Amino acid sequence: MFLKKIATTIAVSLISTSVWAGCAFENTTEVKSLTAGFDAWKAVTGAMAECGNVSASLDQDFKDKQPDAFAANPSLYQIGGVSNGTMVPLLNAGTIRPLDDLVAKYGSHLKPSQLIKVNGKIMAIAMMVNNQHFMYRSDVLDEFRLAVPTTYDEVLAAAATIAKYDVVDYPLGGTYKAGWNLAEEFVNMYLGNGGSFFGEGNAPAINNATGIASLETMKDLTAYMDPEYLVSDSTYVQQQFQQGKIAMANLWASRAGAMDNAEESQVVGKVIMSSAPMGSVRASSTNWWDGIVLAKNMTDDEADNAFRVAMEGLDTEMVQANNDAAVWLIDGYVAGNAAAGAIATANNSAAPYPSNEPGMGAMHTALGNGIAAFLNGAKDAATTLADIEAAYVVSATESGLM
Amino acid sequence: MKSKTFATFVGPSIFMMILFIALPLAGVLSQSFYLTQSVYEEVEVETCTPSFTGQICLTEITTLPMLDKEGKKVTKTTFVGLRNYRNVIEFPRVIAAFANKSWQQFMTIDFWKALRFTLTFTLLTLPLVLLFGLLIALTINNAAKSIRGPVIFISLLPMIITPVIGALSIRWLFIGDGILTSFLEWWLVRDIAMFAQAWTIELMMMLYRVWHVAPFAAIVFYAALQTVNQDSLESAIIDGASRWERLRYVIIPHLMPLIVFVTLIHLMDSYRVFEEVIGFSSQSYVISLQWLTYDFLSLDMLGNRSISRASASAMLTMIGIVILLIPVLRGVWMDYKGRRL
Repeated sequence: MFLKKIATTIAVSLISTSVWAGCAFENTTEVKSLTAGFDAWKAVTGAMAECGNVSASLDQDFKDKQPDAFAANPSLYQIGGVSNGTMVPLLNAGTIRPLDDLVAKYGSHLKPSQLIKVNGKIMAIAMMVNNQHFMYRSDVLDEFRLAVPTTYDEVLAAAATIAKYDVVDYPLGGTYKAGWNLAEEFVNMYLGNGGSFFGEGNAPAINNATGIASLETMKDLTAYMDPEYLVSDSTYVQQQFQQGKIAMANLWASRAGAMDNAEESQVVGKVIMSSAPMGSVRASSTNWWDGIVLAKNMTDDEADNAFRVAMEGLDTEMVQANNDAAVWLIDGYVAGNAAAGAIATANNSAAPYPSNEPGMGAMHTALGNGIAAFLNGAKDAATTLADIEAAYVVSATESGLM
Repeated sequence: MKSKTFATFVGPSIFMMILFIALPLAGVLSQSFYLTQSVYEEVEVETCTPSFTGQICLTEITTLPMLDKEGKKVTKTTFVGLRNYRNVIEFPRVIAAFANKSWQQFMTIDFWKALRFTLTFTLLTLPLVLLFGLLIALTINNAAKSIRGPVIFISLLPMIITPVIGALSIRWLFIGDGILTSFLEWWLVRDIAMFAQAWTIELMMMLYRVWHVAPFAAIVFYAALQTVNQDSLESAIIDGASRWERLRYVIIPHLMPLIVFVTLIHLMDSYRVFEEVIGFSSQSYVISLQWLTYDFLSLDMLGNRSISRASASAMLTMIGIVILLIPVLRGVWMDYKGRRL
C-alpha cells in the first residue's frame, strides 16, 4: 500500500515536471549542464528542462569545476555554459568540440553573430552579451539637480554632493571584493584609459602612468563607498541598490533586471542604466559574451542530442518569456530600458575583455591579490603595480609562458 | 607480548599510515623540487566574437599550449631545486624591506604576512582556549547533578557546528548592517564597519576560534576532573587550602598531561587556520599560510595553477608546525625521563 503510494507520487511528479509543451521533441537521453547561476542561465536551463531528462547545475564556481569535469572521459557534463574568459581553459585543453556539423543540421535559425569561431571552426554558441555599465537612482540625481555623470570626475563630483545630504547610506557602490571582482574593476579602468597589459613575449606592462591613474581613480571612488567595499561582490552591490542604500554604481548589465523586481527591490522604476563612465580613451568597461559549448568526450549521438536540447534552451520562445533577464543575441529580443546602458557602453567603444591574451589569467589573479594593498594604504601606486608585475612574472615563468 | 603478535596488531595501522600519510607527504616533498610546465607555441589564430554591433573577427599571433595527438597538453617537468621555495619566501623583497627598516613593507610580502597572522592567531588563541576550557569544565563539574546533562549538551554545541558554516554565520551577524553591528552602533552611538580594517577582522576570527574549540578542551578537562583524587582534595580542605589553592596545587597538576595534550592538538590545528579566512573573506586584509597554499592551488582564469609553489608552501607549513611543537614535546620527554629515574 505504502509502496504503491510512493510509486504513484513519483509517477505524478515525473509527469508534472516533464512538460514537453515548450520543447519540439521528447528527450530520452540524459543531458547534464554546468553553467553559471545568474538569471539568464536560469531562464535558459529552465527552457532546456522542458525537453525532459535534463539536469542542470547552476553553480557560481562553475569555472573551477569545468576544466576537470570536461577533461574526464566520458565528460561529466555534455553542455557547458561559458563566457569569453572561461571558454579559454577548455579551448586550450582541447576538451570542447567543434559545432559546425550540428549548426548546419539544427542551427539554421542562429544569427551569424552568435557563432563563436576559432580558426574557422565554430566552438561555441553565444546567447547574450554583458558588460558593466553605470546605474543610478534617477530620483536622487533629480533631487540635487545633478546631470548624469559621464566620466569618473563627474561621478566623484556627484558623489561629493550626494554625500552632504542624508538620502542614501553611501553615494557609491562598487564590486570591489578582493580577488576576481577587484581585478575586473582595474581591467575596466585601465582599458578605458587606453592601457595595454602586455609587452613583447607576454612581459607585463602595467606599471606606467595609465596604471597609476587607474588605481588613483579607484581609490578616490572608494572614499564614497561602504567602508567594507573589499568584501562587496556583484550580489552585494545589487542588494545595496535594491534596499536603497546606494545611489550610483558601475554594475553588470545582467543585474539590471533585478532593480525592477518588485519582490526584492524597494526602488522599482527609480534605477536608470547609462553608459559606463568614459576613461580617457573609451568607456571604462569590458564587453563579454556568454554562451554554450559541448564536451568533446562523448559520443556523436550524445552530442547531437545535447545540441538539440541546447537549441531548445536558446530559442525565441525563451527570449520572449525572459526578455529583460539579459541582453540577448537571440532572435526575438526587444532591447528594453534595462539594456540601454549596456548598448550605450558598447557604443562608447568599450573593449572586449582581453581573454585572447595568454597571460591574462595569471595577470587577473595577480591584480586581484595585489590591488587591495594599495586601497587600504599599505603601498603606494607604483610599488603596488611593480609588485603585481613581479607576482605575474613568477606565475607566468612557472607556467612556461615567459 | 610476542613480537609476532605485536606485529599483527600494529601492522595494519602502520600500513595505513604509510599509504595515507607518508606517501602523499613524500609526493608533495618531491613535487616541491620540480616544476611542471606546459609547452607553448606561437600560432596565428583567427577568433570571431559577437558584439552589440555585429561580429568582430581578429587575426593575431598568440602563444598557446601545445597539444599532443590525443588532445592532451604537452608538459615538461624539470628539477629546479629550491627555486619554488625561493618564490614563496621572496628573500630579495625581505632584504629590501629590512634595508628600509620598514615593517609595513615587510608585511606586504604574502608569505611573511601570512606567517605573522598565523603565529599571532595560534599563540593568542592557545591560552584563551585552555582558560575557557578549564572554566567550562569546572562549571559543569560544579553544576547540580540534575542539570549537568543539559549544561554539557549546550556547552558542546559550538563544537558540533561545521567550522565554515559557523564562520559564515558570525560574518553575517557583523557584515554591513548585520544585527550585531547594528546593536553595537546603537549602543556606542557611532558608525561601525567591522570588515573595513584588519584588526577587527582578526579579533572576530580569534573569538570565533576560541568559541569553537573551547568546548573540546572543556570536555577533555571535565573527563579528567572525574579522576581527581578526592582524598587529596579533602586533606587540602582540612589543611585550610582556599578554593584557588586547591585548584592551583591539586587539580591543575592532575590535569597537566591533558593540558599538554590539548596544547599539542590546538597548536597543530590552529597553525592550519583556513576556514576563518574563507568564512570571513578576509583575504584583502589578513591571510594565513594554509590559505596561501590554497591560493596557489586555485585555478586562474585561463586554467593554470601553481602546484609547485603550493607544494613548497605546504612543506613550509609543516616545518612551521614541527618547530612550534618541539618545545612542548621536549617538555613531555623531559617529564617522562624524570619519572623513569
